[in-house]
Amino acid sequence: MTDIQNPSGEKRKHDEPFAERETNYIDLLGRFAPVIFLLVLIVIFYALNPRFLSQRNIFNVLRQVSITGLLAIGMTFVILTAGIDLSVGSLLAFSGIVAAGVAKGTRTNTLSLGTTEESGYGVLAAILAAITIGMLGGLVQGAATTKFKIPPFVVTLGGLSAFRGATLLFSNGGPISGFNDAFTEWGQGEIGPVPIPVIIFLGFAVVAHIVLRYTQYGRHVYAVGGNPEAARLSGLNVGLITTSVYVIQGFFAGLGGFVLAARLNSAEAVAGTGFELTVIASVVIGGTSLFGGEGSVLGTVIGSLLIGVLINGLVLNNVNPYVQQVSIGIVIVIAVAFDTFVKSRRSI
Amino acid sequence: MSEQPILEIKKASKSFGAVQALIEVDFEVRPGEVMALVGDNGAGKSTLIKGIAGIYAFDKGEIYFEGKRVHIHGPRDAAALGIEVVYQDLALADNLDVVANMFLGRELVQAPWRLDEAAMERATVETLDSLAVTTIQSARQIVAGLSGGQRQAIAVAKAVMWNSKVVILDEPTAALGVAQTRQVLDLVTRLADTGLAVVIISHNLHDIFEVAHRITVLRLGQNVGTYVTAESDQQEIVHAITAGELQFVPGMAQE
Ligand SMILES: Nc1ncnc2c1ncn2[C@@H]1O[C@H](COP(=O)(O)OP(=O)(O)OP(=O)(O)O)[C@@H](O)[C@H]1O
Ligand SMILES: [Mg+2]
Repeated sequence: MTDIQNPSGEKRKHDEPFAERETNYIDLLGRFAPVIFLLVLIVIFYALNPRFLSQRNIFNVLRQVSITGLLAIGMTFVILTAGIDLSVGSLLAFSGIVAAGVAKGTRTNTLSLGTTEESGYGVLAAILAAITIGMLGGLVQGAATTKFKIPPFVVTLGGLSAFRGATLLFSNGGPISGFNDAFTEWGQGEIGPVPIPVIIFLGFAVVAHIVLRYTQYGRHVYAVGGNPEAARLSGLNVGLITTSVYVIQGFFAGLGGFVLAARLNSAEAVAGTGFELTVIASVVIGGTSLFGGEGSVLGTVIGSLLIGVLINGLVLNNVNPYVQQVSIGIVIVIAVAFDTFVKSRRSI
Repeated sequence: MSEQPILEIKKASKSFGAVQALIEVDFEVRPGEVMALVGDNGAGKSTLIKGIAGIYAFDKGEIYFEGKRVHIHGPRDAAALGIEVVYQDLALADNLDVVANMFLGRELVQAPWRLDEAAMERATVETLDSLAVTTIQSARQIVAGLSGGQRQAIAVAKAVMWNSKVVILDEPTAALGVAQTRQVLDLVTRLADTGLAVVIISHNLHDIFEVAHRITVLRLGQNVGTYVTAESDQQEIVHAITAGELQFVPGMAQE
């Protein structure tokens, strides 16, 4: 019977002929490797330090993961189309600083104003500003890749530099900090025991999962990533779909920029530096193929958690921060190598 | 088989810069007929069908569909008329399953936004059954895992699922082995038997003599003759392909 939960065809394992069974084990292993790896890490870190699984630390990990996790949701759309967005960290910073400027009604750092200061345009305007900036940034980059056929790697590498520069210009290089409670609540508040950024992250993860799995648009994103020529001949507007994923990524960069500013009670001009690595790593470790057309938001959430757990566990065990960076790099390479291995086995 | 052509092209011309890919080509196909389109590499076969499919417009010429003059400005216009093309390089998305490929771009949606997977799977299975495509075990198989013949069958099934009236196949057996070529040729015959007009491009005259009712030969962008298969032989066709009499001097722009 139809398995409507897996429109992109993950059900194949049930009905393939015998000869292909062996490939299926590798396939299955490939699909569940991130989960297995995550569980293994959790067990190891718990054994080393039981505090690792305290409620406090669990929410700590989740809160740390939530910002890059939001970006990784957007990046999943981008990478599914075989694209890439290196500009996410810079676009996040730019959106965040604009949001801060809007919230405070000034572009200079005015710490002297109290945290209850009401001179700006309000939180709602700040959120809208951040998201608008993010989506516009995504639109420009998406249009540049599709209209002028510039590889997304190049366009967003330009964006990485340009949006960072725009951020520094906006605030003259400094941070904009000190917001009222209505603003900081979005980053520091909790509903019950759950931090609000975590709720935002997981909430949007669910929405994105539904969009990719169950809607026509989601199907088209996969098709464009799998075979853009086939998509075009089937009547899809490939340029529009490709552009749209960068706009979606921009939306999450904007939202992430706002939430990060709220959490730190400060929009830093250098915020999000190097985020592109963590974000792309989360997506790829979660099983989304850099070649496009394969992957899921669920995988990305697991990939994000995996990186969060890894960093948190290393910190808890007082591992040298430089070693943390090295270990993340190694994990990424292993994940991609594994993905490539699974692919090559499958196509025999 | 009806005598009235369902699709008729009159004096179609198309140039790419200095290259005249088509010069005043006439072409027709009737319901229930398999019309072969043959010619050497670069003769203009793909150009002719891309013009029919709306991939690009002819510079000059007229298209008649069911006796009426039509204008085809894009693939969607062609599809709306009931003209479907299976391209040389198989337009399937490898990462999607059979159902998703069959419905790509025309997915069935349950109100208000959800893909109707069950209905799409049912229609896929029905179509494959009606074409007697038995080599595909599951409509939920990923296309990447299918053989060339199976993929070709999916591409053809995708083309006929939409109540199409004319199905055009650009070299459907070029990359296939003996058994798989057999399957596709059988499928072509069945399509025509159901009353569809089928246009098949192929370099394999043996295959063509097996399935085609008539053969149109292009040479250097010109129609050098349309032959009834039963009254012709391979030798005559080979001669037409290589030395058929040209109406226009090649390379000279026609005014
Ligand atoms: N997009 C294009 N731009 C420029 N020239 C083209 C283009 N498409 C076709 N041509 C030229 O038009 C002529 C006819 O090409 P076409 O592809 O129709 O040949 P064909 O009969 O399909 O050949 P084959 O058997 O190799 O597929 C060739 O000289 C080709 O180089
Ligand atoms: Mg051709």
